Amino acid sequence: MKRILALLLALVMAFALVSCGGNSNDQTTDDTATNDTATTDDAATDDTAAADDATTEDTAEDTASTDLSGSVSTNGSTSMESVMAALIESFNQTYPDVTISYDATGSGAGITAATDGTADFGLSSRELHEDETGLTGHVVALDGIAMIVNTANTVEDLSLEQIAGLFSGEITNWSEVGGPDQPVTIIGREAGSGTRDGFESIVGVEDVCVYDQELTSTGAVIAAVAANEYAIGYASLSAVSDEVKTITVDGVAPSEETVKDGTYAIQRPFLMVTNDSATLSEAAQAFLDYCLSPEVADIIANAGAIQP
Amino acid sequence: MDLKVREIIEKVMNGLFFLCGMVSIAAVALITIYMIVSGLPAIIEIGPIDFLLGQEWASTASEPKFGILPFILTSVYGTLGACLIGVPVGLLTAVFLSKLASKKMAAVVRPAVELLSGIPSVVYGLIGAMVLVPGIMDLFQLRNGTCLLAAILVLAVMILPSIVSVSETALSAVPREYEEGSLALGATEVETIFKVSVPAARSGIAAGIVLGIGRAVGEAMAVMMVAGNVANMPSLFTSVTFLTTAIAKEMSYSSGLQRQALFSIGLVLFVFIMIINVILNLLLKGRRDEK
Repeated sequence: MKRILALLLALVMAFALVSCGGNSNDQTTDDTATNDTATTDDAATDDTAAADDATTEDTAEDTASTDLSGSVSTNGSTSMESVMAALIESFNQTYPDVTISYDATGSGAGITAATDGTADFGLSSRELHEDETGLTGHVVALDGIAMIVNTANTVEDLSLEQIAGLFSGEITNWSEVGGPDQPVTIIGREAGSGTRDGFESIVGVEDVCVYDQELTSTGAVIAAVAANEYAIGYASLSAVSDEVKTITVDGVAPSEETVKDGTYAIQRPFLMVTNDSATLSEAAQAFLDYCLSPEVADIIANAGAIQP
Repeated sequence: MDLKVREIIEKVMNGLFFLCGMVSIAAVALITIYMIVSGLPAIIEIGPIDFLLGQEWASTASEPKFGILPFILTSVYGTLGACLIGVPVGLLTAVFLSKLASKKMAAVVRPAVELLSGIPSVVYGLIGAMVLVPGIMDLFQLRNGTCLLAAILVLAVMILPSIVSVSETALSAVPREYEEGSLALGATEVETIFKVSVPAARSGIAAGIVLGIGRAVGEAMAVMMVAGNVANMPSLFTSVTFLTTAIAKEMSYSSGLQRQALFSIGLVLFVFIMIINVILNLLLKGRRDEK
């Protein structure tokens, strides 16, 4: 009797473990902001074909480029980590002798590095300011951030000002923005997350957000919004699923098209910044051309962004 | 000759055992040194008073603030709350198992409690997030269910096994003569348990409680999934961050002073755990002396 019971309980536990493992996998795949292996693996597999194509083209046009070697340094935005990691990995499949480094220091530090010439490419997840002259920003990808609410929520559209009001705690009831008379629950990401940084800087609520929950992955934010009828949160556009409702911002629904044509407001560019007065090395030029070529669209999409 | 070979084997094995013993000591020493070396700079840079007593944590703001008082208080309140619920339940379970339960009943309850300690903390967190958090939201009509109360309830269940198993061992070790004497004097069974057995086993019970406190203070995963992780000063129905979750949630993207400050939080947590361990050792020593 006791043995049977123990066996049964052990079985239940084993199942609990299995389902738990499955769940954490889902979260990793959903989470585009972290440099997760799942995404990189996907990108790598998808890219094998693309890389093969590239090799054939290269051999046809320019036989020298396949044995390109040297080192390329990139430095800047932490938000670009997953996109850069995927691009570097797939580039190295074609050009294994080129070493590309990536330092996650932040957009400001990345632009400084490009200005000072301490890195070949500065990485910036915001547009260059007007006073940042002598630099060229190459748009590698666009990052759209979707505003998500519970599927039971009747609110369909919010303006940027309303979103800023909600997240800064000035608007605390859904009735103030045309919804039911219910308090608002604000769900976001932890300090340091690229999605949080992107959202707060675009909406203009840096350091003033009043969160009810700070979660550590995009998947967790989506799950929390799906579980709370009066919650609002933000998530990378590529990760949003049917569990939650995306709302339109100033009347524009987030999609690949509206992000590309710039009509959807909560988006930001991922830039590779070069110094106009410096000439890129052969390897750096090849990497830049590769990142801007149409063949990497799938790799960028797998890393959670959109090729412009 | 044969004797010599045996002697050599004996010496070699002695050395081997010594080395194995050294591995854990080396690990403890390395971790201690590492925590102090990597945790102190940020405390010095921020200032010990601003760091330990600052009420605001905004590590990535343009003017960052590194005050960990909310985390310290949350950890203290959370642990106390878990004990408030877990200790009575655990102690009474132990009393039931060692004194009152029939053999058949104990054979069902004991493995169940032991299994509770084998459940991974992420499973506690998952169930907490899926069942407890929405439940609290509905029950108390809150707009957000992730709060200190949810964490306290999860921790209370998690510390049960250590309290139950250590207390039960201590209660069972109380000499039968004490209880028989009490019963012979006309005390009832329940009177005997609470006036004789429990006081006689008090150091063991205390050790169980301290062990439970240690687990509650050090728990990160389960708490992270139910507490909401906002750096608020603790109150029962607000979203809070524990010392452990403060480190876990920001580690992956941190840099510079923020990262160093996370190590400093680790150092504070480490000191907490050390104090708890010292208390535990004193209690266990007291128990041996009593015997």
